[in-house]
This record gives sequence, structure tokens and C-alpha cells, in this order.
Amino acid sequence: MILLFVSLFSFSVNSNAKSITLGWAAWDPANALQELTKEFTAETGIEVNFEFVPWPNFADRMLNELNNKGKTFDLLIGDSQWIGAGAVYGHYVKLNDFFDKEGISMSDFSPATVYAYSTWPKGSENYYALPAMGDALAWAYRKDWFDRPELKSEFKKKHGYDLGVPANWNQLHDMCSFFQGREIDGQKRYGAAINTERGSEGITMGVTAAMYAWGMEYENPNKPYDMEGYFNSPQAVEAVEFYRKLYEDCAPPGHSDAYMVANLDAYKSGQVAFQMNWYAFWPGVSKEDSGGRVSGFFANPKQNVAAATLGGQGISVVKYSDKQDLALEYIKWFARPDVQQKWWDLGGYSCHNDVLNSPSFPTSTVYAQGFLDSMGIVKDFWQEPTFVELMLPMQEAIHDYVVNGKGTAKGALDKIIEEWVEVFEADGKL
Amino acid sequence: MSVKKKFKGLSDKAVGWLFIGPTVLLLLAINIYPLVYAIKMSFTNFYANKIGREPQFVGLKNYIKVLNKEAIWEKMQVTASFMFWTLLLQAIIGLGLALLLNRKFKGNELLTTLIVLPMMLSPAVVGVFWTYLYNPQVGLFNYVVNFFYDLGSFDMIGSSTLAPWAIVIVDTWMWTPFTMLICLAGLRSVPNYLYEAAEVDRASKWQQFIYITLPSVLPFLLLALLFRGIENFKMFDMVVELTSGGPGSATELASINLKREAFEKWKTGYSSAFAVILFVTIFGFGNVYVKVMNKIKER
Repeated sequence: MILLFVSLFSFSVNSNAKSITLGWAAWDPANALQELTKEFTAETGIEVNFEFVPWPNFADRMLNELNNKGKTFDLLIGDSQWIGAGAVYGHYVKLNDFFDKEGISMSDFSPATVYAYSTWPKGSENYYALPAMGDALAWAYRKDWFDRPELKSEFKKKHGYDLGVPANWNQLHDMCSFFQGREIDGQKRYGAAINTERGSEGITMGVTAAMYAWGMEYENPNKPYDMEGYFNSPQAVEAVEFYRKLYEDCAPPGHSDAYMVANLDAYKSGQVAFQMNWYAFWPGVSKEDSGGRVSGFFANPKQNVAAATLGGQGISVVKYSDKQDLALEYIKWFARPDVQQKWWDLGGYSCHNDVLNSPSFPTSTVYAQGFLDSMGIVKDFWQEPTFVELMLPMQEAIHDYVVNGKGTAKGALDKIIEEWVEVFEADGKL
Repeated sequence: MSVKKKFKGLSDKAVGWLFIGPTVLLLLAINIYPLVYAIKMSFTNFYANKIGREPQFVGLKNYIKVLNKEAIWEKMQVTASFMFWTLLLQAIIGLGLALLLNRKFKGNELLTTLIVLPMMLSPAVVGVFWTYLYNPQVGLFNYVVNFFYDLGSFDMIGSSTLAPWAIVIVDTWMWTPFTMLICLAGLRSVPNYLYEAAEVDRASKWQQFIYITLPSVLPFLLLALLFRGIENFKMFDMVVELTSGGPGSATELASINLKREAFEKWKTGYSSAFAVILFVTIFGFGNVYVKVMNKIKER
């Protein structure tokens, strides 16, 4: 009996010793990664356990884990904004020596993704993650509706140009409002499902898509953390006002606290002509086109400048893990060009130049060119260690103005700056 | 030595301590110690996520900051309004239902069970399914309202005017049965001879209600409202699921704001001060309320 117990115990210890746990958000790319990882296990014998957390709880769950020096995860695919906290508070293992030793070169990856997902301080050569999943906020639209002759001619008659991929935000508004309340195939349809979520980061990710396109900068490029006149510039104010107009004129009823899943649902159920969402969802949307639905995709339209909100994540080794060597082995495997190609083929968004620069890449899917275009123009929210403290006041103030209709855009942006100054002062940056 | 013999010599006091000891220990570990620790932290600039940074003593700075922050007073107003309307509606409807169910009729027990069902559900689940009920396109709530009066499409959760009512309605739906049950217990404890005597004195039904039923049931009702008041002051899960505190901050109750400050922004010192202020507020109100309740009972 004792022998049996000892043998069972030693078996469990052995199996644990050859396994690691990877944490990420629960969404389509995570399933693709799980599929891809089977090859890693087959090659190395290392089991990879996955813990996928739904998006609304993702940041809370993971950041609490890191702050508590938890050992649940050996690998973490964390949001781009976490890199500052990961580096400064010592949650992530610095990967420079490992990259040098294994011959992994960051120049093999798209520069925008290396900058956004891997480095801290920004632009330095201190790497805390390997770019894992490129992403940006983009748009999907009902191409089948756009191709209907009667709608095309009606739109042209009304606006004087063709119904198609909008060249700028004004055209986007024209098109969205064209579909708002329109009856198509006996059903009432609406313009666009845009980000309005209040709790985590939704409305900020949405409104910044407009603000970046209007040319907003967070701070004075010559004087860091000097935000007055930049973050609340007239262009930024106009962009926020425009976003509210888009919400009021084009969102379906009840779309007041919506983010990724709600936008997908509104689109898939045929309520809306457009949806704003991350590239990560386009493989699923494209694959699930049915019942006459044909989806088209395009990068964030420009207004004054071409820009898009950055999404995506890098993969990091958690400092508190007891299995850092196994976790690093996974990163070494994941960085291989052939694995990166399979990653893209399965629906993940590789950031590896061999994949992105391949001649067949732009035509490999209907959204591949848009992805390439977007990754060249991405901009991200603050990646400071205090990013959550910076995110929450923006969520509240923008939601208050856009959805609640309270105050002015300038007032909302001024209020955000006020809160941000307080955060930077407390953090010793100001 | 047998166990029986070993404990034979224990005094009553020692046995008493033996029984309450574990409870006291638990209370000290999970209530008193965190409270004392939070009070201590409230005088520092501690950030729980800033590893390696030693907290510094800042005196009353956090308290002054909390009390001077306009946004905090807005959250307190939202909380006060939520409490006022939920308690008022739950008192009226709960008492009404209790009076109804105190009568004997066929199906009384089944109806009581059905009415009590909402309070057995998880608040988070209630929050989630009411978001569907409130959906302006497919939600049952809009349909029912429009069935009686054509208001067209309206968004209970997306409108800053309607969202506070949305959470009041859900809380009332969920917790009125609790008030009703307590009132029902009160009603059933009223001796029948009081009504018989009133009948003899030719008191009307209204007079019987005002002079017999209401005074008898009032202490029970006040007790139910005390419980509900304390719970609603701390209300979190249902509202977070339903509105996330939005639109804007229209339904951001003090407890939701406290959670954001403490566990999302990690302003541990500041949020400890806020928590202490909330604790003192609810403790103070609770004490005054209990004293008033006892006076009513004594009458």
C-alpha cells in the first residue's frame, strides 16, 4: 500500500516537473495557440496547461496574480500596457541574455510589435517579452449589403460617392448613418457596433481609434508627461465629439456598455452594418460568414493622419515561476519561423518578419493586407507601470461624455489630464 | 488518562471559553486584524502593487483627500439615493405582500414560495439576466412597458436618467421577499384577540391596521430595513454586472468606487481611508437606527 502511494506520488511529481502553465485571455487566438502547442509537447515532452480568463476579468486576474507573486503561471501573454509594470515591479524575466544565448533576434520581428510588446523603457533594448500576437483595432462590414445595387445607387444619390470602404471617419459616419434604422430583408438594421464598455478598457480603446486618426498625442514629445495642449488639443476634442456623434447616430439600441463580444454578437446577429473590433476576431468572423453574410474588413480609417489603436500581446516568463527553464524552452520554440508560420495559418497573428514579408502574406486571407497596413500605423495607450490608474479615469470620463451625454468633450479630456497629473505625481514622474 | 477525566476539572468559565474561543480567534483573524491593519494603512501612502516601496506616514492626508474629493460625494449621493428608494419600495411592497399572504386562500403556500425565489438567486446572476431583460431590442422589460404604454424603444441601462432606476427595480425585485418574510413573521405573531376586541369596539379595518397591525409589525419591518440598509450600503456584485457603475458614473456606488481604488488602482492607503470612512458612516447610522428601533419597541 505504501509502495503504491509512493509510486503514485512520484509519478505526479514527475509529471508536474515536465509541465508548465500559460495564462492568456479566453478568445479565439487562445484556442489556436492551444492547438499549435500540441506540437511543442510532441517535440519536447513538456505538457502545457492553459488558463484562459474571460476578457472582462483578464487584467484583474492576471495583475492580482503578479502583484501577489503568484506561481500559477510560468508563461503569461499579457497586454501591451502591462509591460511597464512587468519590468519595473519585476514581474517579468528580462530576456536579453536568453535571446543572445539562443540566437533570437528582435530584428526578426516587426519593429512596431517589438517596441509595443517587448521593450521597457520604450524604445530601449531591454526585452521583457517576445511579440506573440500582433493586433490592432479595425473594422468589419457587411459586404453583401454594400454590394446591393439598390443600396449602392441610393447611397451615391444621397452622398455623391460610392458606398464602399470608407476613406475617412466622415465617410464612415455617412455609411453608418445610412444603415441606421434601415429595413433590410424585413429586419431593422443599425449602423455600427462600436466600443462603449465602461468597466475595463473598451470605450478608451474605441475613442482613441478616433483620437489617433485626428492626430492626438498623449504628451509633448519634447517634454514627457506634459499633456496640456496635446491630449486635450482641438483635434482631440473634435475626435471625442465625433465619437459621441457616431454613438448617438449609428449604434444599435442598448449598445451602451459593449466591447469585443457584444460587438461581435451585434454583427453576427445581423443587427449592424459595421463592427469595430480587434483583428484577432476576423478569422472567426470570416469563417462563420453564413446565411448570405459576406464580410469585408478594413484598417482604421484616417482622418488627419493614418493611425490605429494597438492591441496584441507579448509572451513573458513570470519571475515567480519555479519552471523558468521550461518556460524559456517554450519561448525558444515559439520564436522559430516555421512555428510562427503555423501560428498565422491557425488564426494567430504572427509578428515575425518571415511571415509578414512573405509575398503570399497579403493575399493569404481577406484581412491580411489590412493587418499589415494597421501594424504600420499603430499607437498605444500609456504603457506606464501605473497604466490601470491612468485607464480608469479615462474610462469614466469618456463614458460619461459619450454614452451619458454629460458635459463637454473638452471638459472630459481636461478632467482626465487632472487625474493623470495626480497619478504621475504620486509615481514620482512629475 | 481518559478524555473524560482530563476535562472533568474544567470550570464553567473555561468550558465557555473553549466554545467561543475558535469563533473569537476567527473574528480576530478575519475581521479585527484587517480592520486594524486598514486603519494603520489609511495613514500611509501605501500602494500594494508597488513592490519594494516602503509606505510612508502621511497623517490625515488620505482622509482629507477623500472628504474633499467631489467625485466621492457624487458616489455617496448615488449610494444614498439607491438606498432611499430601494428601502422605501421594499418596505411598502414587502409589507403589502405580507398582508396579502397573511390571509388564508388557496395556493397561498405556492405563491409564497414563488415570491421568495428571487432572493435565493446569486446577485451576479440576477445582474446578468436583467441586462438581457432590459435590452431595448429583445428585452422583456421594454415589451411589457410598451404593452401598457407605448414609449417606444428606451435603454434602461444606457440612460443616465433611467439607469439608477434600473438598479433600484432589480434590487427591489430581488429583496422585497426578504422584507415580506420578516413582516409576515411579525403579522403572524399578533394575537387574534386584539382584532376580536377591536371588532367588538366597532373599529374599522383601517383603524385596526393603524392601531394594531402597524405598531405590531413595525419593529419587524425596521429590523428588515436595517439588514437591507447595511447590505445595500455595501451593494456591489449585482450593480457591477448590470451597469458596471455606468453610464459614466451614474450608478457607481461607493462600494464599487472603493473596489476600483483599492484593487484596480491599488491606492491602498487612500482606499483604506475611504473604507474607514464608510465603516464609520454605516456603523454610526446603524447605532442610531438601533436606538430608534428600540425606542419604538418600548412604546
